[in-house]
Amino acid sequence: MTTRIGVVTFPGTLDDRDSLRAIRLAGAEPVSLWHRDKDLHQVDAVVLAGGFSYGDYLRAGAISRFSPVMETIIEQARGGMPVLGICNGFQILTEAHLLPGAMLRNNHLHFICRDQKLRVENAETAWTGDYTAGQEISIPLKNVDGRYTADERTLDELEAEGRVAFRYVVDGDAADGAGNPNGSLRDIAGISNAGGNIVGLMPHPEHAVEPLVGTGRTDGIPFFTSVLKKLVNA
Amino acid sequence: MARVVVDVMLKPEILDPQGQAVQRALPRLGFDGIADVRQGKRFELEVEGPVDQAALDRIHKMAETFLANTVIEDFTVKVEA
Repeated sequence: MTTRIGVVTFPGTLDDRDSLRAIRLAGAEPVSLWHRDKDLHQVDAVVLAGGFSYGDYLRAGAISRFSPVMETIIEQARGGMPVLGICNGFQILTEAHLLPGAMLRNNHLHFICRDQKLRVENAETAWTGDYTAGQEISIPLKNVDGRYTADERTLDELEAEGRVAFRYVVDGDAADGAGNPNGSLRDIAGISNAGGNIVGLMPHPEHAVEPLVGTGRTDGIPFFTSVLKKLVNA
Repeated sequence: MARVVVDVMLKPEILDPQGQAVQRALPRLGFDGIADVRQGKRFELEVEGPVDQAALDRIHKMAETFLANTVIEDFTVKVEA
């Protein structure tokens, strides 16, 4: 049986197509999910893709979080279904309180779009198993609300439990994609829940899956092969 | 109809670069003497029916779950005369 991975389209989602494509390239069956449909159509995992759902009105992710499809996703994610939130998807996951903390306007107030260097801090989540801990990757980053914030106690807890999944690589040449791009606390680029099935990050792995397009790098593909392997072996 | 105002502000410990940008622009425009600016949101709710304790409780709940993200923001609820 093929593994089915869903991608949600909200009004204003931009990266659903690229996410569906990345899933197909990784060898799973991509399934389009609609924000008003509670039914997840027997998918084994879900990707919340990037974009500007509901125009980022009120706060990024604040309105999408209450959509019908999210009711089912929140329930199933709590039950262990793998969920990956990319960019706006990460913002939705924090607004839904599936991941702790919140996302704020970049400290320099500019929209940023560049290739960003990240270090994989935890290679044991459902979405990072095909990386090795400490590995450095480079994938596109494009947002204006990317500054990760949480209180000190939450940050300490995330660190202690190994739930900082990705950190911005700060040492090195900015032209090379190094540096904290938005003022995120402790250089956090992505985190996971305690179970490791829910992961959210600001940079975009789905834009770095084929040598022919984009940056020419395929550093993003392990996200999708990791979850596939995890689901097949489950 | 009664109006209830919900003000939402970033918590004091959260960096507000938008407020800072406004503050930095003021002297250039000839408005001196402003040491700090913090930017927030104001929601004006036109309430159907009486604004009794039950209505205020509902608005409080609404602010807490939706209008504000209490991870980063504080809010106040005021009834306007």
